Amino acid sequence: MSPEVALPVIIPFIAGALSLIFYKSHAAQRWIGVIGTGALLLASIVLLYNTYTQGILVMAMGNWPAPFGIVLVSDLLGAIMTVLAAIMGFGVALYSLPTISRDHEAFGYYPLTHLLLAGVCGAFLTGDVFNLYVWVEVLLVASFALLILGGERAQMEGAIKYVALNLLSSILLLVAVGLTYGLTGTLNMADLAVKLPQVEDQGMVTVVGMLYMVSFAIKAGAFPLFFWLPASYHTPPVAVSALFAGLLTKVGVYALFRFFTLLFNQDVDYTHEILLWMAGFSMITGVLGAAYHYEIRRILSFHIVSQIGYMIMGLALFTPLAIVGGVFYIMHHIIVKANLFLVAGAVYFMRGSYELKEIGGLWRTRPWLGLLFLIPALSLAGLPPLSGFFGKYIIIRAGVEAESWGIVAVALVVGLLTLYSMIKIWAEAFWKAQPEEHADRAAAFEKRLNDHSLMLMVIPILSLAAITVFIGLGAQPIYELADAAAEQLLDPSHYIRAVLGEAP
Amino acid sequence: MLLAVLSGFILAALAPWLTRSLQDKAGWVLALLPAGLFVYFLSWVPVVVAEGAQVVAYPWIPGLDISLTMLVDGLSLLFALLISGIGTFIIIYAGGYLHGHEYLPRFYAIMFSFMAAMLGVVLSNNLITLFVFWELTSITSYLLIGFHHEEKESRWYALQGLIVTVGGGLALLAGLIMLALAGGSFELHEILASEELRDYGFYAGMVILILLGTFTKSAQVPFHFWLPNAMAAPTPVSAFLHSATMVKAGVYLMARLNPGIGGTELWLYALGIFGALTMFTGSFMALRSTGLKAVLAYTTVMALGTLTMLIGIGTEQAIIAAMTFLLAHALYKAALFMLAGALDHETGTKDITRLGGLRQLMPITFITACVAALSLAGLPPLFGFIAKELMFEATLQAPLISTFTTVLAVVSAIMIVAMAAVFSLRPFLGPLKETPKKPHEAPLSMLIGPVVLAGLSLVFGLAGFLPATALVGPAVAAVHGAPLDFDLYLWHGINLPLMLSVLAVVAGLLLFWQWDRVLAVYRRMTFIDRFGPERGYEKLMDGLVWLAAWQTRLLQNGYMRNYLLTIVLTTVGLTGWTFFVHTGSSAPLGTIEFAVHEIVVAGLVVLGAIVASVTSSRLGAVATLGMVGFGIALLYVFFSAPDLGTTQIMVETLTVILLVLVLFRLPAFQNLSSAAARLRDAVVALSLGGLMTLLILAVNAVEVTDRISDQLVAWSYPEAHGRNIVNVILVDFRALDTLGEIFVVGLAAIGVYAMIRLRAEDRKK
Repeated sequence: MSPEVALPVIIPFIAGALSLIFYKSHAAQRWIGVIGTGALLLASIVLLYNTYTQGILVMAMGNWPAPFGIVLVSDLLGAIMTVLAAIMGFGVALYSLPTISRDHEAFGYYPLTHLLLAGVCGAFLTGDVFNLYVWVEVLLVASFALLILGGERAQMEGAIKYVALNLLSSILLLVAVGLTYGLTGTLNMADLAVKLPQVEDQGMVTVVGMLYMVSFAIKAGAFPLFFWLPASYHTPPVAVSALFAGLLTKVGVYALFRFFTLLFNQDVDYTHEILLWMAGFSMITGVLGAAYHYEIRRILSFHIVSQIGYMIMGLALFTPLAIVGGVFYIMHHIIVKANLFLVAGAVYFMRGSYELKEIGGLWRTRPWLGLLFLIPALSLAGLPPLSGFFGKYIIIRAGVEAESWGIVAVALVVGLLTLYSMIKIWAEAFWKAQPEEHADRAAAFEKRLNDHSLMLMVIPILSLAAITVFIGLGAQPIYELADAAAEQLLDPSHYIRAVLGEAP
Repeated sequence: MLLAVLSGFILAALAPWLTRSLQDKAGWVLALLPAGLFVYFLSWVPVVVAEGAQVVAYPWIPGLDISLTMLVDGLSLLFALLISGIGTFIIIYAGGYLHGHEYLPRFYAIMFSFMAAMLGVVLSNNLITLFVFWELTSITSYLLIGFHHEEKESRWYALQGLIVTVGGGLALLAGLIMLALAGGSFELHEILASEELRDYGFYAGMVILILLGTFTKSAQVPFHFWLPNAMAAPTPVSAFLHSATMVKAGVYLMARLNPGIGGTELWLYALGIFGALTMFTGSFMALRSTGLKAVLAYTTVMALGTLTMLIGIGTEQAIIAAMTFLLAHALYKAALFMLAGALDHETGTKDITRLGGLRQLMPITFITACVAALSLAGLPPLFGFIAKELMFEATLQAPLISTFTTVLAVVSAIMIVAMAAVFSLRPFLGPLKETPKKPHEAPLSMLIGPVVLAGLSLVFGLAGFLPATALVGPAVAAVHGAPLDFDLYLWHGINLPLMLSVLAVVAGLLLFWQWDRVLAVYRRMTFIDRFGPERGYEKLMDGLVWLAAWQTRLLQNGYMRNYLLTIVLTTVGLTGWTFFVHTGSSAPLGTIEFAVHEIVVAGLVVLGAIVASVTSSRLGAVATLGMVGFGIALLYVFFSAPDLGTTQIMVETLTVILLVLVLFRLPAFQNLSSAAARLRDAVVALSLGGLMTLLILAVNAVEVTDRISDQLVAWSYPEAHGRNIVNVILVDFRALDTLGEIFVVGLAAIGVYAMIRLRAEDRKK
């Protein structure tokens, strides 16, 4: 029994509840925001450390033994995802202090954020398929509430698409869970890993697997199911966008990794071939969408779709190296993508617009911000020696080794197009001179910006950039972690033994 | 050795601060680093000459076979010496050229990063590390080319260079990975020792991918256009990029890999033909250029083509010629560029036709330019002459493509002689012409480099044994794979190469004499600009933007119904197809016994659903939806789940009431979709419903013996102390689910409250 597994769920729950108690005091909520996410970060780091040193950790809720009660399980992938979620939470909590408006604070921004984190961590740590559905609901409703907070027209339009399409995904997930129970009589993931191969009609197992795939692919924002993402991500305050960009789709990706290594590994030639096509088209359509747009947040949103393709490609190739690459890519991507949104927010608070055609001149006035943009941007495009390069390198090497030339070509070309749109942001927002017709607004925003709030914005940006550089230059420990995680994923017996004991 | 490579990055971090505090002396002080590096690399020369290649190992990411191991042999040393040596003068020169410029601090930072990256490329023994540095040169050179970034043209050309070189770089990455797989190692010295590279199953693909990388980087036809456009950069950058760095990286890699993957027909044809074409294109375009820098840029293209061609030919003679040419070119090109910059800086124009009569005002510039240009033209007693003689000899002896290469080489040589004369004579002879600035001699910082480098061209020409033993010899050994015994000297006797040289000089001088007429002819050849590869690049970029717009409008069209349609169809397609293929029609569908009252209720539910979707009355739709809900509640009751039934009834009641309340606030009902669209929607909806029905029937047919619910029932009273198993599951066995759902409800409440109140407050304002 390892109680630390439950902490990443309990801490944000408590922080969320406390924030609700102090609903009227914004100052208290701000403190709870920082302290709560800080505690979450500590707890998740401890969890990852313990999981790395002691192996897979299990916590049976209510002390009902698996597979009868609900278990929380921390394997390396789950623990890594939790740490990433906590880093995001903490960074965004800091960033929120100067950027979130009083109105948002007054209407539950902080409690919603905490509960969103609880949902995300719960999804990463649960070892039960129905419980996963519950966490997905928690984070869906929390994110929906965050998305409409403010009630602007554009927000409403985006949020309706967001919630409707995601509810469709949830319904599919629920149906799939029901069918799974009908096939096997169990909901515990480890137990399912044992019982699914024993189902007589293996065809039905694959069919149910497809339902899960579609449901999670909607969550992940993969082709051709991603519509909700570019429709909504650019509408909320940028701190919220950053949190969403870093975490929400990754829950879908995580679930795909979990289900299509642990549970649905019977017909890899079929299921993972479909995943491979999905990966390729996600990369292409996402990057083209980004090439089309001139609004920073829209560009970044479409790149999420494209980058999801790389992660799924790692899963789809299904070689040990490819899985390592996928896990590595997820780690890199969450940090980088959220950071780009944070930088976009900083640009906004200096220029008053996200439209590239209306802003410029930042390289002249703020070269350090240019550097802080280039680090995540070039990393996203996969340029060395930043984190993105190594992620891409591992995946491409796995593709070459598997002689999957088509997907390798796609991944390489998409890398170039990613660079193209990152450079577009760079050339327009940083290199180009500030356009005259919008100079007044830019000056007004510059005037409003004070050093204190600027510093609070820069600290998370700088920290995330430092992590990006570290993942790149010090790739060895990160690689070892991803390697160990991939080994656990590819040999489900570790997971099964940890949850069900020696003799399943 | 590692520190030597990385020291550039360290200094780059300090450079902005140093530049500000050192003021005027910054260039001179900062140049101490490359100068020190030069001396350091020089100290390796005796070691390599005596003992051959050295491998210095440093670990980095062993798990991914990535190391920082350095390979020090003749080839890498030659390049390292050029980079650090010429770099020293460039840094000094930049201090004068960009004197007082507000960007000088960051310029130095980027410049040192670039220099360090370049050293990394030529010294890395690990393929991936080499690639890391390779890409770093692309990105740093992007920042350098776009130095004048508020000019649109600058940004456009910087992007062009970046897209072309990084695009090629990506192909290179795939090629290098294949090379490592073929050679069984990521370390160059092990790969090149492997005998099996040419027998690798994907040899052709691998070579093509690698060459895509080197051709783009080294500006070979048809990728050459980015290089002259990179002239948008300030002159010190151009001088450095063209003489010793960036563009030479591709040449370096081809030379490096030559002993491993060269020597095949593919290699010969690809490098020989593209190299020769590039050589010709470069000279041809140089002849029509009137900008000082443009002339030099195109002669760089010529030189890169020549080097590629020679490596492709790959005979002993060709390798010797290639390495000699490389050294000669680096020396004169750096000198000429710095002189061009000096002319531009002191007169305010770089248009050759607007310059004249400067010989007395800028005498040092004039003399140095003549010396360097003689080397460019390939005249004795300069080092360039030796290189050109060797090149003619190599093309004459080339296997298979000898005629082709020799003809192109001679034609190119003629044009280059003409341009060397244009460059070194036109601005200085004749009457003094009016220029934007009052011309005077450039400062010492801008002249020391050209003078020293031009001087070296002369010294090496007169004393050929110096470079032959220390520089060219070891490099040839590395490129050829084994040491060769040879000497470099001016006089080879009267032979065919000498005759070709004489022909080139005479014809070239004729061209020079008639240059104004040549320009007039060129002006009529507009097709060059209309159909050149640069148009291809532009078309490609336009096409990309068009494709992006088209597909994004197609996919992300903003219509919710299209999104839903796509998602539902994908679900039905993937799942249905899998169901069809994997279980086929043989899937045992469970049969269910129905009672009459069940059929009646189910029928009502179906009817309600149909009416709800067909009716045009909102109230009717709500009422019939209520019928569906209550019918389902009844079904729950029939199947002995009364608590579910009551919950459902409560939810339904509330929903109907809420819906009716909202109805009166909605605008009038309008039927906007056509009959066809409605039919389509009906078919899609039915297909999803049908699929779900099939799946449930199929799963229903599966017999499961041990469900966890059996154990839960057994534990319910003795262990969990509850008689109602549903309650016990909700609050004990699966209490975490319930907790989560409680939060869901709470969250929804916060969200709705905020949505209503926050908007209300907006309205008040």
